[in-house]
Amino acid sequence: MAFESISDFIAMGGYGFYVWLSYGLTFLALIILVVNSIAKKNKILKNVEQRLSREQRIKKAQNMEGTL
Amino acid sequence: MFKVFLQVVSKELKGAFRRQSDILNPVWFFIIVVTLFPLGIGTDPILLARIAPGVIWVAALLAALLSFERLFKDDFIDGSLEQLMLMPHPLAWLVSAKVFAHWLLTGLPILFISPLLAIFLSMETNTYFALFLTLLIGTPILSLLGAIGVALTVGLRKGGILLSLIMLPLSIPILIFSTLAIDAAAYGQSYLGLLALLGAMLVTSITLAPFAIAASLRVSVS
Amino acid sequence: MWKWLHPYAKPEKSYQLAGKLLPWFVVVTVITFVVGLVWGLLFAPADYQQGDSFRIIYIHVPAAMMAMAAYSTMAIAAFIALVWQIRLAEMNIAAIAPVGAVFTFIALVTGAAWGKPMWGAWWVWDARLTSELILLFVYLGIIALYNAFSDKVLAGRAASILTLVGVINLPVIHYSVVWWNTLHQGATIMKFDKPSMAPEMLWPLMIMIVGFAAFLGSVSLLRFRNEILARESHRPWVSALVTDKLSGEK
Repeated sequence: MAFESISDFIAMGGYGFYVWLSYGLTFLALIILVVNSIAKKNKILKNVEQRLSREQRIKKAQNMEGTL
Repeated sequence: MFKVFLQVVSKELKGAFRRQSDILNPVWFFIIVVTLFPLGIGTDPILLARIAPGVIWVAALLAALLSFERLFKDDFIDGSLEQLMLMPHPLAWLVSAKVFAHWLLTGLPILFISPLLAIFLSMETNTYFALFLTLLIGTPILSLLGAIGVALTVGLRKGGILLSLIMLPLSIPILIFSTLAIDAAAYGQSYLGLLALLGAMLVTSITLAPFAIAASLRVSVS
Repeated sequence: MWKWLHPYAKPEKSYQLAGKLLPWFVVVTVITFVVGLVWGLLFAPADYQQGDSFRIIYIHVPAAMMAMAAYSTMAIAAFIALVWQIRLAEMNIAAIAPVGAVFTFIALVTGAAWGKPMWGAWWVWDARLTSELILLFVYLGIIALYNAFSDKVLAGRAASILTLVGVINLPVIHYSVVWWNTLHQGATIMKFDKPSMAPEMLWPLMIMIVGFAAFLGSVSLLRFRNEILARESHRPWVSALVTDKLSGEK
């Protein structure tokens, strides 16, 4: 262990601001990237889902027309 | 083979002389940008001479950027680009002719106008000579690099700003080597090595860029 | 070998393969990040010159290395895409570029945050930082070009050409920047001398490099799957995938 106490760890020998700033921004950037990638996938799947249900509705409507 | 090259060049030149503003506007722009610097920074001759190489080169980059639009855009719109691609000659060869003509119309005027700007920015004769040489070698590289960017973006509706985003970072080495050479000349050192490097970049881009331009045009026109 | 590889030229198979690989990459990422960060932040001794500020190295160096590695991978993919006309390689470029850009951004930000206590300024025109900045511009150019095309097939091809042009240019940019830097060296510049790192400092760094590589792999796989789905969204197998998922939810 390089640090005596938690407050020592947070202070980082006086460089706390810079160290935590870089770690914070890094993980913020990485998390945004991951969230964005997952959101993109869900969006694509949702679009496909909408298209499929639309196609189904159209088919249904056409069948109804046939019976009338 | 060479006949086609000359034909394409002369066709380009004729077209450009019919609409002279296309040639003159980038040159105007170049002069105005350079004029803005003394107005913004002050007229201290030592300071001006110090920043002159960078200013002139950055202005040349921006002026080149302005002129690229017309390299393929009109031909793309009126369909003559497709005709060019259907010709029984290698597309890379034909586009090199177009780029060469473009350099004659935009790079060369900048070379001619550069003495005036050297006077504006109180450059000395030997420094100016270095500037002239770097412009002579550097502007064709700019034309070739820019042509790749134009070829990639010509099919897009808002290609202009994208073109600068793509092209400017890639032209940084030319800027650096040119200004270093001019600086070396200002300090009375030999700058032949840097010129040789620029020359090597020119040769590399002459051999490789036409193929990249041709491939990019095939993407854009399809 | 070609016989074995051949099925993966089919998007559906690649999608499944990427899905199978993804969990492994995620596991490696999580383990290496946890081990590397705890070791690097808590157990590695402070540098005798830079004190605890050197702990930024555990993200700065891996991010910078993997930003370069990401570009090299893209360049290889671009070459494959243009020579053998393989669509999946183009999708690879589109998948990796954002990750590379984020890594470059991280390398820049951490470099600045490290530079402030070391150099006394947030930004110094240091050769390494400058070439990272230019690398970021190149990445953003590729991403912007890819997004500008509405036809993703054309977008992929255009991006591969630009990637290859960039890969020829990047070494030149790097060396020109190094040269420019040595000639314009100001008084304030202090080099990050490569300290002969003690093993207890070096090990966490190695682990973090592996971690960033695994992160690059995971997110690229994720985005690669997205690219395949987006381009193949009208194919029956994607519809089947969606209906399967829906019936699974019910």
